[in-house]
Amino acid sequence: MKREKKVQLLQGNQACSIAAIDAGVRFYAGYPITPSTEIAEFMAEELPKVGGKFIQMEDEIAGMSAVLGAALTGTKVITATSGPGFSLKQEAIGFAAIAEIPCVIVDVQRMGPSTGGPTSVAQGDVMQARWGTHGDHPVFAFSPASVLESYELTIQAFNFSEKYRVPVVILLDEIVGHMRESVTLPDPDELTIVDRKRPTVSPADYAPYQPEQDGIPTMADFGTGYHWHVTGLVHGENGAATGNPEVIDRQLTRIFDKMEKYKDEVNLYKTQAADDAEYLLVSFGCTARSAAEAVAELRQMGIKAGLLQLQTIWPFPEKTISEYTTGKKCVIVPELNMGQVRGEIQKYIDKGIPLYGINKINGEPITPQEIINKVKEVAK
Amino acid sequence: MAEKYDIRLSGTGGQGLILAGIILADAAILDGKSAVQTQSYGPEARGGASKAEVIISDGQILYPKVIQPKYLLLMSQEAARLYAKNINPAGTVIIDTTMVSDIPAINAKTVEIPITELAREEIGNELTANMLAIGAIAAAGNIVTKESLEKIISKRLAKVAALNIKAMNLGWELASKN
Repeated sequence: MKREKKVQLLQGNQACSIAAIDAGVRFYAGYPITPSTEIAEFMAEELPKVGGKFIQMEDEIAGMSAVLGAALTGTKVITATSGPGFSLKQEAIGFAAIAEIPCVIVDVQRMGPSTGGPTSVAQGDVMQARWGTHGDHPVFAFSPASVLESYELTIQAFNFSEKYRVPVVILLDEIVGHMRESVTLPDPDELTIVDRKRPTVSPADYAPYQPEQDGIPTMADFGTGYHWHVTGLVHGENGAATGNPEVIDRQLTRIFDKMEKYKDEVNLYKTQAADDAEYLLVSFGCTARSAAEAVAELRQMGIKAGLLQLQTIWPFPEKTISEYTTGKKCVIVPELNMGQVRGEIQKYIDKGIPLYGINKINGEPITPQEIINKVKEVAK
Repeated sequence: MAEKYDIRLSGTGGQGLILAGIILADAAILDGKSAVQTQSYGPEARGGASKAEVIISDGQILYPKVIQPKYLLLMSQEAARLYAKNINPAGTVIIDTTMVSDIPAINAKTVEIPITELAREEIGNELTANMLAIGAIAAAGNIVTKESLEKIISKRLAKVAALNIKAMNLGWELASKN
């Protein structure tokens, strides 16, 4: 699929949708909700053109379940939603984690809790992305700060989901999702696209949850002669439910350890003037744009500010946090929630370094000036 | 310092302000510039305050929202109440006098045009008011070229291009006189 490289005006939600199709997605099921609806609209229009299927389901739970069913046939799948719908999808996200079904869930964050503010921006689903479904489980999450990142991180989300058989959440927000920006997308022919490992053994010898060296089992497409049991019950290597504590320990630990084992490979971030900074901002998503502007203005005033922009939120990039925060005069975390990322940073930062938050939950973005004021206040 | 235009289009949901913002941003790209367009609106499909913002620059655009616009369009009384005070003194405010009868004190140049009435009477369709408005704002600030606007309107509004280009040209002409 060759595409001419040219500048165009694209929305974050659109770029995410284009990336999904470029990554090989051929199935979408979901229930539209502001501010994610453009993704459903785009998929409804574009998927049939590439031989894919779009289904509008009766609700978000069914949307999530349908994409998992499609993924089991060997198809790459995506669904998109926002806060209230993300809450509904949680049970099936847990099913994806335990049954190790590759899938990507886009959560275009809006103000919550509950119906909250459908058209107002927030970044309050950071913890829900990690712990929204019950039990100890793996989930990866990425948060784009621009239309281009929305494209790039969606490609990465599919590659990691396929490679590690983990549900991956794209934490967009109302600003980046709805924002239109001049952008040049890459030619899909130049992308690296990863597909899940398929079995090389005969159907008779296939053990669906027998991991290979890398801890990941091969995955057979339904309908190709491999018969295997897919269940939300904890299961052994053969896929059958088990009550054997030894087997359970082996399987659940292997699944949970995907977070620890692959966290360095999955860790994506950007920096701006961070190395020699005395005051380090750590931010993500739309708020990283406010922070970037603040850093540029603070540097002009002669104040040594820098930015660490987290693109990977889960697994939490603890090494990067300690690497970049060490030796700083202080660390400030602007985010559109009451401190969900700051709380994680607290775990990994040198206890002698002061850590501050800039937090807002009224549906308005944090302005560069608010960040500048805070840096000046702590710099006194 | 790269030249930067901060533009705010404000009015009521249903007036097509977000589309107007998109067309302005797209025309700027055609002129070889960078552009970011954002919006804020209520959950209603029509009615309720609506605001589209566009930043156009020769350089990179970091913070995507407009803090103090240099060019401001007011297309409702409510928008005038909310946004008229926040304007760069070196900037220009375009006021749709059909929709804003009570014009507040404004600390910048103002251009008063009965945008909605002209769209209805002169162009023959009130729905072209948004294109008339961006013609006016683009000309007032020399923000994008008329050629680029025409090209983008033809592309984005293919089925109704002629009428909308006519409306844009009328807006352009009226604002150029000021």
